[in-house]
Amino acid sequence: MTNIPTGVVARGEPMEMLLNMGPQHPSTHGVFRMVLWVDGEKVTDVEPHIGYLHRGSEKLCEGEQFHQVITLFDRMDYLANFNNELVYCAAVEKLMGLTVPERAEYVRVILCELNRIASHLLFVATMGLDAGAMTPSMICFRGRERVQSLFEAVSGARMMHNYFRIGGLKEDLPDNFEEMVGELMPLLQADIEEADKLLTFNEIFLARLKGVAAISVEDALDFGLTGPCLRACGVDYDLRKADPYSVYERFEFNVPTGLDGDCWDRHFVRVQEMYESMKILEQALKQMPKGNVTSSLGRRLPRPPKGEVYVRTENPRGEIGVYLVCDGTDKPYRLKVRPPSFCNLSAIKHLLKDTWIADTVVVLGSLDIVLGEVDR
Amino acid sequence: MSLPIPLLSVNLITLFWIVAGLLAMFTALSVVVLSLTWLERKLLGRLQRRLGPTRTGPMGLMQPIADALKLILKEDIVPTSSEKAIFWIAPVLVVVPAFMIWVTIPGTGNLVLKNLGDLGLFYIIAFSVVGILGLVLAGWGSANKYGTLGGLRAAAQLISYEIPVIMVVIAVAMLAQSLNMVEIVEKQSSYPYVLVFPLGLVIFFIAGLAEVGRTPFDIYFAESEIVGGPFVEYSGAHWSVFFLAEYINTFAVAALTVLLFLGGWSGPFLTGNWEIIWFLAKVYAVILVIFWIRGTFPRLRIDQLMAFAWKVMVPLSFYAIVITAVYLFYGLPPWTLTLMSLAGLAVVGYAIYRRFAGPASQAAQVRARYLALQSRSGQ
Repeated sequence: MTNIPTGVVARGEPMEMLLNMGPQHPSTHGVFRMVLWVDGEKVTDVEPHIGYLHRGSEKLCEGEQFHQVITLFDRMDYLANFNNELVYCAAVEKLMGLTVPERAEYVRVILCELNRIASHLLFVATMGLDAGAMTPSMICFRGRERVQSLFEAVSGARMMHNYFRIGGLKEDLPDNFEEMVGELMPLLQADIEEADKLLTFNEIFLARLKGVAAISVEDALDFGLTGPCLRACGVDYDLRKADPYSVYERFEFNVPTGLDGDCWDRHFVRVQEMYESMKILEQALKQMPKGNVTSSLGRRLPRPPKGEVYVRTENPRGEIGVYLVCDGTDKPYRLKVRPPSFCNLSAIKHLLKDTWIADTVVVLGSLDIVLGEVDR
Repeated sequence: MSLPIPLLSVNLITLFWIVAGLLAMFTALSVVVLSLTWLERKLLGRLQRRLGPTRTGPMGLMQPIADALKLILKEDIVPTSSEKAIFWIAPVLVVVPAFMIWVTIPGTGNLVLKNLGDLGLFYIIAFSVVGILGLVLAGWGSANKYGTLGGLRAAAQLISYEIPVIMVVIAVAMLAQSLNMVEIVEKQSSYPYVLVFPLGLVIFFIAGLAEVGRTPFDIYFAESEIVGGPFVEYSGAHWSVFFLAEYINTFAVAALTVLLFLGGWSGPFLTGNWEIIWFLAKVYAVILVIFWIRGTFPRLRIDQLMAFAWKVMVPLSFYAIVITAVYLFYGLPPWTLTLMSLAGLAVVGYAIYRRFAGPASQAAQVRARYLALQSRSGQ
């Protein structure tokens, strides 16, 4: 024998094998790395490693002018670009005391909700793939593609839109936007329903996900879980309701919650959220006024006064917060992001206790992390 | 005129025919594999509202050839830490049994390479087990932990599901009073065994799916967890050999399902060797079902898979033997066996629905709870 597979280490009883999963692994949703200690097929311990996608975004923000920072926010949570742009713009606007034109607020809400749907569709796709079902991913990607085509028509880019501006938008929507959305909505609804029907109550899918990696409300709150991961435990906490921003208090929608806080509930909550987002979209499209989309700031460079501000919004992945300190120059003095993925990921060690190797990818998938946001 | 080899006292003409037959079988199976890869891609594409391959040739028909060429021309990487001898021998150990099975699988009554007579079914079962060794060695020899895990999973899974397969095959052999494949099919000329023995078909098909590792039993090369299992370190031609074996095995399971339960090549209108058209049509229909399942279901977890094998499939296969024995011993009319089969299926189906691993009842419970929740929040 020349080579025995290395890494067979004994950490007490019984003999455990050290299994390195990632950063080059198809199911770690990017460049996440987990070091698993496995006893046969059982995971006894896990050590997560992050930082493979660290680009120093927060530091980079300090070197950019306020309107240039928006592009960096696009690249943090690259599956929910509009939502990220919104939270940063809202932070600067709050510091400057700018009022955003009503039409711009509505456009922002519409694009954010569409982006939420696109992001959750991707979640359902990857959840299916992690559990071994390939067809839902095709359905979901088709739906997401439709949304992205609309985004391209609006902002010129399928991702990394750079469309929101401090105090409004880059430009008004294209003339045939209502037509395009009118075409998109029923198709999107059909896509969501198709994926939902195929996957959510599939018995093998339920057997794989139900009861796996359940987390109690107390633990979830202690770990700082937010968004669908927290709502899956049954906590009715959504910033769009709990701390309404933009024009969200004008819409009727439910906050779907789970019951057990397990992987399946996290999946279920997200699927239901897509339906709720469709409701918000319909109302927003009806209520959207005509008018200006840029604020009194016009095309001048924003230069907020000295001070600090914390703004939080509801991302598809949870609560994103921006803490912004300004010293009166045209660049942020310090910008700190509270990324939902990072906080949700912190529970992975707790969640993966006594699961199977096959469960690790499912549990990781159910947290729906975006490494661009975890590492920043 | 015989060769100067005492053990193989065959004359040259027989030898020629054996070689020609083996070559023909190899060619035919390769063509079958090419057709299956194309069919799978096309069908999965249509199930997912895609087109599947379209660019290579009309309807993408040249796609499998392009794939094969690509795989053969790719660099064949052998990891430095691997056990070279085992690494090289493992694909051969997988693919040779896959081909060997086909020596005695008949296309029609005459169209068979070598009818081994009463050894036929025994030979098929014996050789279908050998492939496991290749998978385990492939996983172990590549000195990769994912590969090792996959190989061990393969061993556990395939050995567990071998038992129901063998039990059901024994039951069919009892029904036909023969292990000769041709005789088994000829016994079904009046009615296929699926009509009297539906339980057998269900067990054989499910266990067969697990034997070849198709969805939802593709545990040992689960690409989302252990990224290909035993094949993870293989590339190029070596990998394509595994691929070849997998499709030949899938085809073999479909063919055996057809031969043992669906009446083989018997069908109206066609006679003589033309009956192979019926055989192929039935086999491809079964294959389509396998692909359809692949497009629909997620994957089970290893513990659920093993629980299903030992708590459901094995007892059910023993039941299958018992009812067949009762039917034969008392000389009951055929419909009693159908009834007993269906009763067994119903009982197990109900048990699964009620309790086992709970997915079905869980689905109902969960659905009810969430409907209640939604109606509350809607008010």
